[in-house]
Amino acid sequence: MTEAMHEPPRSRSTLDHALYVLRDNPVTLIAFAMFALLLFMALFGPLVAPYDPLASNTDVALKPPSAAHWFGTDNLGRDVFSRVLVAARLDLMISIAAVALSFIVGSVLGAAAGYWGGWIDTVLGRLLDTIMAFPLFVLAMGIVAALGNSVENIIYATAIINTPFYARLVRAEVNIRRNAGFAQAAKLAGNSDLRVLAFHIFPNALPPMMVQVSLNLGWSILNAAGLSFIGLGVRPPTAEWGVMVAEGANFIVSGEWWVALFPGLALMFAVFTFNLLGDGLRDIVDPRQRT
Amino acid sequence: MLKLTDLSVRFRTRRGPVDAVRSVSLELGRGETLGVVGESGSGKSVTSYALMRILDRGGEIVAGDAVYGGVDLRRASERAMADIRGREISMIFQNPRAALNPIRTVGRQIEDVLRRHSRATAQTARRKAIKAMEAVRIQDAAARYHAYPFELSGGMCQRIVIAIALACDPKLLIADEPTTGLDITTQKAVMDLIAELIRERDMSAILITHDLGLAAQYCDRIAVMKDGEVVETGASADVFGAPAHAYTRKLVSATPRDGAQLRGLLPAEARKPPPARAALGAPILEVQELTKTFPGKAGPVHAVKGVSFDVRDGETVGLVGESGCGKSTTSAMIVRLLDPTSGRIVFKGEDLARRPAARFARDPLRAQIQMVFQDATDSLNPRHTSRQSIEEPLRRLSPLGARARSARIEELADLVGLPQPLLDRFPHQLSGGQKARVGIARAIALEPRFLILDEPTAALDVSIQAIVLNLLADLRAKLGMSYLFVSHDLHVVRLLCDRVVVMRAGEIVEQGAVEEVMRAPSDPYTQSLLDAAPRPPVALAAE
Repeated sequence: MTEAMHEPPRSRSTLDHALYVLRDNPVTLIAFAMFALLLFMALFGPLVAPYDPLASNTDVALKPPSAAHWFGTDNLGRDVFSRVLVAARLDLMISIAAVALSFIVGSVLGAAAGYWGGWIDTVLGRLLDTIMAFPLFVLAMGIVAALGNSVENIIYATAIINTPFYARLVRAEVNIRRNAGFAQAAKLAGNSDLRVLAFHIFPNALPPMMVQVSLNLGWSILNAAGLSFIGLGVRPPTAEWGVMVAEGANFIVSGEWWVALFPGLALMFAVFTFNLLGDGLRDIVDPRQRT
Repeated sequence: MLKLTDLSVRFRTRRGPVDAVRSVSLELGRGETLGVVGESGSGKSVTSYALMRILDRGGEIVAGDAVYGGVDLRRASERAMADIRGREISMIFQNPRAALNPIRTVGRQIEDVLRRHSRATAQTARRKAIKAMEAVRIQDAAARYHAYPFELSGGMCQRIVIAIALACDPKLLIADEPTTGLDITTQKAVMDLIAELIRERDMSAILITHDLGLAAQYCDRIAVMKDGEVVETGASADVFGAPAHAYTRKLVSATPRDGAQLRGLLPAEARKPPPARAALGAPILEVQELTKTFPGKAGPVHAVKGVSFDVRDGETVGLVGESGCGKSTTSAMIVRLLDPTSGRIVFKGEDLARRPAARFARDPLRAQIQMVFQDATDSLNPRHTSRQSIEEPLRRLSPLGARARSARIEELADLVGLPQPLLDRFPHQLSGGQKARVGIARAIALEPRFLILDEPTAALDVSIQAIVLNLLADLRAKLGMSYLFVSHDLHVVRLLCDRVVVMRAGEIVEQGAVEEVMRAPSDPYTQSLLDAAPRPPVALAAE
């Protein structure tokens, strides 16, 4: 009791805490730096790109990397560097929108199933099992093929195949806290079931959710690129990493490796960034890490 | 037989090294039982882990020696230690369920130990395991051999753990809080068994406990630890009869026992005169024929079978019983977290049982009935600071604006003795006693007329328990609240309550004025509860 009074009062804002986490863990710092680079590409890519990503110039078709064209040019003479830069916006937008959608839908469904249980839980559980019984990429292919080739449909398809992961995670996290003392205390403080669930129990599921979000952002980019690669989704000539890898793949055998390699590297960089980001994000949203 | 000389253990942590044990010297003779007593964080468990060399990562013995029967435990090879553990020195852990492998039958787990130390072959293991189970007085051992831990009660699991510990006839048994979490009658049965086995086999033992009464009753000598140091050692009778060290005196006086008064638990310098209490008024709560039946896999479970009692305005009633007796279910129904199957809960003339629990959150009477939960850690939202936790009921159920709420929170913090800087901390940054205060501040924030206290001190050290019990008595006098004090410990109930209700298997077996029930219980069950309570140390000369 008394020892506490001798210590100086400590209250840390979320920003202070975020900075502390970054300082404490160099890997997280690197991940955030890489994420910042991705964000920069997405926001300002079209402004800083040296060439028009869609303008073809057959005079310089299939030229290897040089001072003028850092990543070389493709078969239509388009600058690969500019196209890789510009594509970041589309790819990030697809993955962030898809993850946000599945986060929201999965959280609502999973929280309801975990808190009320009963038939909601049974019905939802079987529904999610059904979705997960499909090979997820094939399911996404089917959805896009059925709904039509468009960016929105790629987002919906990606969101649908990711939703079960969130729903299950939230269900488990909510379920173990359903009868926790703090949930009961919240009811005594005049909160209805819905408020207890939304404002007291659900926020406690956030730390593991953040890891899932970050991993999913990576998967979603891969998924969108994969769909475009096989010709579903984003169509040429739009700059998109998957499409560019697909187009460049034709030229690898003839020695023009740069057309496929650089968009592939960009893809890898993005997925790697999100994989690294997870632990750091969790530490930032978890108040228990504030010691 | 065992000699520790200036043993020191240090842990490396994120915030620098922590000295958990500081030059502890202890001696244990053959056939002797040594009690190591101290509050949480005093280093009593770490000392025993250190001599078994099973310290957590980051912990190491930095100085001193531990010699057991001529073997230097600090320098012995890991191989030699593996032979010593179990065969020479055995350990019983705090939580028997966690100590057993949940997916192996208990008989197999005893066999594992026998086989590991070559005490049995594949042919004889089963017979020997059953014999070991019989040795710890397990009825029908051959049938229980095939049971999984989850199929056995807590007391039965602890017997299995003891059987495993004793399977290879160790010379030294270390029991680390062997009865924490067990019911008081089970505790007595388990402790009597351990004492008997120790005597029978002429073993030495170290009993690590926070319960002075338990140590006094079962140990020959006692070592009192505080902050990693042994502050006093001596024969049990001496340590408790005439404690030399101020800390021992404080511990002894803080232990609830026969004849003690609430203020007497506190250190002499902190004792204020007991608060004056208003005369008891009319009944504020009448519970009539309350029942609760849960649907179960093997037919309905009757948790509460027709319970009736009342609480008068300003009165404190104790609700006592062992786990599973229905006292928690009863209190959950009264506080309107659970709907009763039948019966009436009349509060201020209105029958609350007819208002569904799911909609009671918006009931005008919600603010009047509040509760202090058993586990302070579990009952505080890990994402909310103390301020947010205390503010929650004010924000939802009081008309106060943001500024008035803030002032009220600070007033409440003063009332429960919580230093204001701690208001901005998260639960994991607070000690057990501080968390208990936050829970109490939250419960009284709305000035309820009726407060249910669900074992509010069960997880606390005795000195903190003394402070919290006194705080509750002061608040009762100051705010004129009525309490329903739910507990398994009659000694604690006696300190705070006017009347007591004893429950068993969903029914009330006895109720009456607390002194009367304690002195001359009319029901044999109440008598057995009283008998099972360890004899706390005799009253102090200091009082």
